[in-house]
Order: sequence, then C-alpha cells, then structure tokens
Amino acid sequence: MSEMQKTIEIEVLRYHPEKDREPHRQVFEVPFTDDMSVLQGVQYIKDYLDGSLSFRWSCRMAICGSCGMMINGIPSLSCQTFLRDYYPARVRVEALAHFPIERDLVINMEGFIEKLESIQPYIIPKEERTLAQGEYLQTPEQLNAYEQFSSCINCLLCYAACPQFGLNSSFIGPAATALLHRYNVDSRDGGKAERMELINSEEGVFNCTAVGYCSEVCPKHVDPANAVNQNKTNSAADYFLRFLAPKGGAK
Amino acid sequence: MEIYKADVVIVGGGGAGLRAAIAVAEADPALRIALVSKVYPMRSHTVAAEGGSAGVKQASDSLEYHFNDTVHGGDWLCEQDVVEYFVAHCTEELTQLEHWGCPWSRTPDGHVNVRAFGGMKIERTWFAADKTGFHMLHTLFQTSIKYPSIKRFDEHFCVDLIVEDGRVQGVVAIEIASGEFTLVEARSVVIATGGAGRVFRENTNGGVVTGDGMALAYRHGVPLRDMEFVQYHPTCMPGTGLLFTEACRGEGGFLVNKDGYRYLQDYGLGPAEPTPRNKAMELGPRDRLSQAFWYEQQKGRTIEGPHGSVVHLDLRHLGEQKLRERLPQIYELAEQFMGVDPAHAPIPVRPAVHYTMGGILVDGRCAAPLPGLYAAGECSSVGIHGANRLGSNSLSELLVFGKVAGVEAARHARSVPAGDSARLLKQAQAVEQRVQGLKTKSGGSERIATLRKEMAQTMEDGCGIYRLADTMQKTCDKLDELKDRFRNVNVEDKSSVWNTEWLLAIELEYQLDVAQSMACSAIKRRESRGAHQRLDGFEQRDDVNFLAHSQAHYVAGGPPRIDYGPVRITKSQPGTRAYGAAGEKAEQERKASNV
Repeated sequence: MSEMQKTIEIEVLRYHPEKDREPHRQVFEVPFTDDMSVLQGVQYIKDYLDGSLSFRWSCRMAICGSCGMMINGIPSLSCQTFLRDYYPARVRVEALAHFPIERDLVINMEGFIEKLESIQPYIIPKEERTLAQGEYLQTPEQLNAYEQFSSCINCLLCYAACPQFGLNSSFIGPAATALLHRYNVDSRDGGKAERMELINSEEGVFNCTAVGYCSEVCPKHVDPANAVNQNKTNSAADYFLRFLAPKGGAK
Repeated sequence: MEIYKADVVIVGGGGAGLRAAIAVAEADPALRIALVSKVYPMRSHTVAAEGGSAGVKQASDSLEYHFNDTVHGGDWLCEQDVVEYFVAHCTEELTQLEHWGCPWSRTPDGHVNVRAFGGMKIERTWFAADKTGFHMLHTLFQTSIKYPSIKRFDEHFCVDLIVEDGRVQGVVAIEIASGEFTLVEARSVVIATGGAGRVFRENTNGGVVTGDGMALAYRHGVPLRDMEFVQYHPTCMPGTGLLFTEACRGEGGFLVNKDGYRYLQDYGLGPAEPTPRNKAMELGPRDRLSQAFWYEQQKGRTIEGPHGSVVHLDLRHLGEQKLRERLPQIYELAEQFMGVDPAHAPIPVRPAVHYTMGGILVDGRCAAPLPGLYAAGECSSVGIHGANRLGSNSLSELLVFGKVAGVEAARHARSVPAGDSARLLKQAQAVEQRVQGLKTKSGGSERIATLRKEMAQTMEDGCGIYRLADTMQKTCDKLDELKDRFRNVNVEDKSSVWNTEWLLAIELEYQLDVAQSMACSAIKRRESRGAHQRLDGFEQRDDVNFLAHSQAHYVAGGPPRIDYGPVRITKSQPGTRAYGAAGEKAEQERKASNV
C-alpha cells in the first residue's frame, strides 16, 4: 500500500461459534477507491488482511441475493452499496438483523427457506394445458398484476427491516407473503384457496403492523408491504366469505 | 461421515441441475434424488443471465434457420446431430417453463414475445425483461419444491466423485455450516456446476463460477473438450466486468468509438443502418464484436478510462420509457454502479470473459465416457456451441439438456445395481482425509488470493481475444509454476463452521486444473476459429487439420495430454462465415449451389 493510497476503516461484527462467547467488533483499514463497493472492501479484508472472515456473495450485481448485510445499521446489499458514500468516515458492517448468526456476516436462513417451501410457490393450474397446446395467454396487464412481486431475490433485507419478524420469527414475513401473492394473482394459477389457509393462520399477515420499512429497504422494488396489505384485505374478505362458501370461498 | 443413499445425485443447483432434478422426479417418482449445491439454488449463476432464451416462435422462422445460425455461429465446430435435437426441443422446453409460471414478456394479445439477438436470423429470443435467467432460475427452483423425491443439500460443497468398479457411484460433499463430510451414494451422477469464467481476471461471472464439476470429472479421466474456446462478451462494465446484455443491441442500441462512429461497419458487419438488421452490425456474433473492439483499440480509436480502453454503448435513442420497460436492470446497473443515466448518456463498455464453450465431454444424451456420469449446461460440452456460442442458446441448453441428463440418469439408475456401501465409504473416508489435509497442514506460505490473481492475470495475458504462441507458452509455464506453488498454500483458518478460506483453496485447485486445460488446448490449436484467434501465422481457419474437437486429458503432476476427436457434420458443410451484407450474399450463394 503506497503512502498516497487513501484508506477507509471498515468495522466488522465478528462471531465464531467455535471460539467466541459473543460477537465482537474488529476494525480493518482498507485501501479506498471511488468505485469500490462495500462488498469489495470486505473481500479485500478476506484476501489480504484476515482470511478467516466469513460472508456470502456471488454475482456482484444485485441479482443473486447473497450479500445482504447491515451497513451502518441499514439492511443493504453490500455489492450495490458504495464506500464513497461513507468516506472518510468509518463504515460499520454486521450480519443481517433478526437472524441467528452462523459465523461473522453469515446468517442462518433455514427458517426463511421453510416459509418459502410452505406457501406452495408454484403454479397450481387453473386449467390444465398440454405442451402441444402451447403457452397460456397472458396479457401485459395480467403480467403486470404480479410481475413486481415475482422480482424478489430472497435477499432477506425485508426481514432484517421488519420489527414484527424481530419479535416473532415464525411470522411469515414480507418476502414469503409477496411470493404467495405473486402466485395468487397470476392469471394462470388456481391455487389461491389452498394458500390462503396459511395466510389466515396464526403466523399470517395480521402480524404485520404496517411499518412499511420492508418496502423501503427492498433493492428490487418488490414492495412487499403492498402484498402484505392486499392480503390483509383478501384475508379479511376470506374470513367473512368462509361463512358463505364451503371452503375458504376464494375463487 | 454422514451417509445418504440416493439413486441419482445432481451436483449443481442452477438451471441445468434443477431441470435435471425435475426430469428425474417426473421420470420415476420412486427414485431418490439428491441435489447438492454449494449455494442455495437461487444464488446459482443462472440468476445473472439477462437477455433471453432461444426457441423458434414465429411463423417466419424455422428449425432449419435456428440450426444454421447455431452451426455457422459456432464456426462449424458443432455436433450437428446434437444441434438438430437442440433446436427441435427449445420451444417445447420454453413453453414448459411458461406453464410453470415463468413471467415471459408478452405481446399485446397475450402471446410470449420474442426479441432479436446477435447472430440470429429471425427474432426468436424469449425474454422476461432483462432478467431472464433470474426468472427462469426462480421458476425452476420454486417448481422443484413440488417434488417430494428431490432432497436438497443446500450449501454443500462437492469435493470428489466416488468411482468404483469402473462406474461412478456417488459424491463426497462438505456441509459448509458444520464442516462435516457427507457421502451421497448414487447409481447415477449428473454434473451441472456451470462454467469457469472466474479463471480470467475481468469477467462477468459470479464468485461461484469456478469450474468445480469440470475439474472433478477431468481428474477421473473424463476429457475436457474444446476448452480453448472462451467467449468474450463485447459489452461489459470496465473493471468489474459486469454484464450489459446483448438485448441492449437487440432492442436497437449502438456501439460507437471515440468519434461517435459505429465502427463495426469497418469489420465486415455493415452496412450501418438506423436500426441494426439481424446478423449485421451490433447484432453480429460476440466473437466478431469483441475482436472488432481489439482492433479499434490498436488503432487508437477507443476511449481511455480508469479501467482500460472503452467504447460506448449508446442507448439514448431508445428513450427512457422503452429502457425502463425492456432493460430495467441495465438501467439500474448503469445508474447505480457507474453514475450513468443511459437515457441521457452512453455507457462505457469493454469486452470481458463471459462463457466457457467447452467442458466435460458428453454425447448427445449427456453421457460422459465414465459409466453413470452425466453432465449438462455450461460445465458440459454436448456439442452445440462449437467455437463460439450464440447469445440466448445457453439458457435453452440448460433446459433441453438438463432434461435429457435427468431422463438418462434415471434410466441408468434403474439399470444398474446399488454399489457395495462398505467400499464406497472406505473411498469417501480417504477423500475426507485428503481434503482435511489441506486445512490441517501447517507451514504453508502462499496466499490464496495471490495465487488466484496471478492465475487470472496470466489467463487474460495469454488466452485473451487474440493469442500468440509465445504468450500462450508463458501462460502454460506460469500455470505450472502456480500449481507447484499451490502445494505450499496456506489456509490460516483451521476451524469447521463456515470455513470459506478452506473452500476457496479447494476451488483454486479446481480452477488451476481447468485453466491449464484451456491454455494447453489453445496453444496446440494452430488455426483461428470462432473465439480462438491467433496473430502468429495461424490467422485462418484450417479445416484440413483442425476441423476437430480438442480433448484435454488430465495427467497427474503435469500438463494435460491433448488429442482430437471428429466433428459430426450432417447437413451443413463448412463454408464462409460471414455477417452483414457479405453474409446475405454468402447465404444466397449457398442456396443457389444447393438447388
């Protein structure tokens, strides 16, 4: 590192279950250039300062969803957060809030995977169609109804932002609700009634207290708060309809 | 050592691996499937594919056109019978994805829309805005959850194949969260681990793209075929190499040099028309466009930037509304990563490594020469890309051949008996001991990152867009040196939980093997074809000596042995590969001579 090289301090929350009783902070001094992402700063630490630092990353372009971290307390994708926005001050990097830490910046996301699996995140066809019959017709308006909710990259920033999830980790939460909604409003799908049973349950949408921070931190404009609140309405309608119709009432 | 008894194990949870898993589950729900992936499947690099996936859709198009585009684009180094099978199955597979919920972009009347792509005669690229790979991957992952016979081993890192009695019978993997080893017994193994672009310095690939499966098969004697053919994508972000999809040009974008001149017209791709015509100018194939960039740089007509020379990808004339609708991710990448608003300023771009055309040698049914082993997707060389892949053929390949690999692996699993578990375990324990050794040994002095950076630099120096014998030789020598130094690598972290330094060391060893297969295959190919271009007396294609697939055979402790296999020509005899007006003329002449 030449003397002229600008540097920036990155403070990392470290935790190693085989060695540490509790997390602690460690500060690293990293060469700084104007176009470096926080991820690149953390990679520099691993490559040249401390090979034992653990974190997830892959695509570097905000689509694989691996590299979510708390950056100065805000849930962020580290690949599209830039050191220049903090320089010359120190940047603080921690594992995503509200999840168990496996090691350093790596969280345990098994709970989210179980939620994702539980909502039947696949088309349950409204009407069967063979491949020989070609594609289902779906107008751009019909596509628009769900496209935004299909853009979730499962980065979990919304869970780190959600105060309710912080209190109750069994709450289905923003991303899984958005995905459920994505299938429910897809014109090809007929599985809404089955999925609504989950959303009406103890851990369903009514846990949400409409803070809206989930949508604010979402890097893909999925707007999960919107999905949650549409489902509150659906769920409320569904609640009353069940007195009239034999099963759930949703069509 | 944990033991899991499966019938079929699939290594890699990207597009090809997921499609294979679903194919096995549908072929026989009684088969136990293990899907082993070093990341959660939706993190796999399929996620980053942008532009689209090819399949004949329009009445004006035909399978013959798609076949010809692919074979010509591959500079006739394609297995033509396999290409024929491929083009005949793309549309059905894309339709299957539609039935599974993929949010394909639509025409106003509700049909799936298609866009133009480089080297394709007719618009046939299905797309989901500019996040096609993302949507395909999530659709496949979410659909796979329907099948109870698919048991996922997420964040399990595969360290070896188990070969016993002359056939592959399982894999050994590390559970990343605990550092514990698992033996997955299986009667068939499908490798679907993707490419190896990270062996080069400037590349579009995610960190996971380290050629793991290629190296595993190679070390067990399976040849890596056509490894010298590495695709440079012409429009990438300087420095990071992040991709600006070819769809930018499919939607009408221009490439201009420092004078604002559409320079591709100087390289046999013209004439320059206000809207790029299919197979001309900006819609030429990737190898030709990256080569044209190199010449512009030589002529001093590029622009100097902080991360090397650039040209401009100019999308301004498309207007903000169209850009937001068709290329939303590109818009955000330019804005957030470069501070460029593409509706009002051109995007600086340069070529970067994008795709490995070669891979694990398999036949048209995805079977490797090692019984029980199958491969699909970028890690494989099934033979459709030849010397240069056309954009939007690789996503279709994942589907078509992911399915084939799954069907064949299921058939094979039913046809052979289960192995001798005690002997498989003994082998697996030896693997564990060897892999643990990398971590437990002390006294190493080589930093992983230093070796990795030197490898990536020497690959760029010797195996770039244009190649020379002496620089390729230097690369081969350097790789020998790096493999030697790797024996002295230092893994500081001795712990078990999430020890990614250990995994990086294992990946680097995979990468060094794969890099060596590329460089040693490249120096032996004394001709220019597709993405392999030389400037040292071998500037022409040489069909007499090199209309042949290279095959790199692993040799322990030394460089690979290279030999050659035949290319299957069925319908299309090698001819002049031309684009733009020259291409149209050549096509007319071909038609006339056929009559």
